[in-house]
Amino acid sequence: MSDSDKKKPNRRDFILTATTAAGAVGIGAAVWPLVDQMNPDASVKALASTEVDVSSIEPGQSITVLWRGKPVFIKRRTQQEIDSARSVDLKDLKHPEKDEDRAKDPEWLVMLGVCTHLGCVPLTDKGDYNAWFCPCHGSHYDTSGRIRKGPAPTNMEVPKYEFVNSNTIKIG
Amino acid sequence: MSEHEYIPKSKLGKWFNDRLPLLTLANHLTDYPTPKNLNYWWTFGGILTFCLITQIITGIILGMHYIAHADLAFESVEHIMRDVNYGWLIRYVHANGASMFFLAVYIHIFRALYYGSYKSPREVIWIIGMLIYFLMMATAFMGYVLPWGQMSFWGATVITNLFSAIPLVGESITNWLWGGYSVDNPTLTRFFSLHYLFPFLILGLVVLHIWALHVPGNNNPIGIDIKKPSKDTVPFHPYIVIKDLFALLIFLLVFAFFVFFSPNILGHADNYIEANPLVTPAHIVPEWYLLPFYAILRSVPDKLLGVIAMFAAIFVLVILPWLDTSKVRSAIFRPIYKQFYWFLVADVLILGYMGAMPAEGTYLLIARVATIYYFAHFLIILPFLGMKEKTIELPLNITDPVLGGAANPEMTKNNLKHRSDL
Repeated sequence: MSDSDKKKPNRRDFILTATTAAGAVGIGAAVWPLVDQMNPDASVKALASTEVDVSSIEPGQSITVLWRGKPVFIKRRTQQEIDSARSVDLKDLKHPEKDEDRAKDPEWLVMLGVCTHLGCVPLTDKGDYNAWFCPCHGSHYDTSGRIRKGPAPTNMEVPKYEFVNSNTIKIG
Repeated sequence: MSEHEYIPKSKLGKWFNDRLPLLTLANHLTDYPTPKNLNYWWTFGGILTFCLITQIITGIILGMHYIAHADLAFESVEHIMRDVNYGWLIRYVHANGASMFFLAVYIHIFRALYYGSYKSPREVIWIIGMLIYFLMMATAFMGYVLPWGQMSFWGATVITNLFSAIPLVGESITNWLWGGYSVDNPTLTRFFSLHYLFPFLILGLVVLHIWALHVPGNNNPIGIDIKKPSKDTVPFHPYIVIKDLFALLIFLLVFAFFVFFSPNILGHADNYIEANPLVTPAHIVPEWYLLPFYAILRSVPDKLLGVIAMFAAIFVLVILPWLDTSKVRSAIFRPIYKQFYWFLVADVLILGYMGAMPAEGTYLLIARVATIYYFAHFLIILPFLGMKEKTIELPLNITDPVLGGAANPEMTKNNLKHRSDL
């Protein structure tokens, strides 16, 4: 480049830059709907909450319900299971969470029945902790649904839920 | 391209060719000079083209009868199998065709690895080939989801969840891929749309792959450059065309065996159970052609690193032309590489087997060793071997050594020297 080429930007440079910028914004605006159409749509989002009758679950039993296309485990824990979940030293956990924070009412554990590794549904009352075991890649969870052994990075997720009355849980 | 300008014989041909030189292209493809010494491992390019066309034709037909909806997909596949005229045949050809496609592509890739076909000046052919291979895996994966059986559903769940390993945006990406909070109807319909699209992208890349091939011309079993024109080549038609067709015929025997005698042996029985989002099958296995990568994924105990390792296993292949530092292409002249080549073949087969076994105990240990060896082959052995290995002297051309003469004056004495080395 010669020195004369390095002169101050002139009107043409300004117009070129402004046009390119406006064009880029325009293309971005045109592409966004094409990308966003793949996100969860209104009908999917509308199914955001589910109410479940839990009156027939005995201690030690658990049920699986479908919420947003995913299984949710609702487990009525025995005293022994609660004790084993609450007696764990947090330092031994890969993803330290107190059982008290995961199950507000110690008897009821409500969580997404989705292994945090690659999304399989763990089997109930199986594995090293006699709680949940994922058959896909061998993750073991304890009676609080916390990851104890295997490739899963985090504990099974506790969704937002509440007791509408003593027999009904509303998930979502 | 041929040096002489092609002129059609007929007046009409000339008139048309002046406006669109399709006849010049046809002439180039017919006369294309091909090394004389190509062996049967070189027939898989033609076989793969056949596989792609077969998948596209059978796929378009299946699309006429298949219904991409979570409530209807499983039933519509059974409808194709039981009610549609010859539907069973077309679906079995399509399903087994995917396996045959991968069988052929693996042979094609390992041929390139043995004879160094990825080396200069053919790097772009190789990279386009790897893109095709990657698109093939994506296409096959999405196709396997369409029947909406248990393996379809859970395979889709596991593979799409790979993206959830990405820090921060992982969950948004998986929700975007699914169109919801789990694999469901929106996932199925978009997979159908893309499964229909991708083969045509592959077709476009195949055209580029062949175009890039026709610039330097074919590699050959002894891996030397061929001067053109020379007595070392024959025209593509009829010599290679006939040989390719014969090889295709043999390949079709294998293909037909699977389609007619064991159409389900490469599939999984669980896929004849309709998808159930509440129950994961006890043992999830991907299709056989993805097993080595699956074994690598599972052999890493960390989720994100496992996913990275799996994608890296494909990426090392893409950069292979720069990892292999040896200037000598063919393994025939690389005595040490030849041995490592077979170690790699064994290693990939072992990984494939471990991918089908449960990820625990001895299986997991073997899978881990095999994973480390896989990366060591490409990242350590190949770069160093290229610098250290003592290769055998290359002949100067294909024809003369075969006819008994020594084409390379250096060879006679070097050969004697090598014999004493052995």
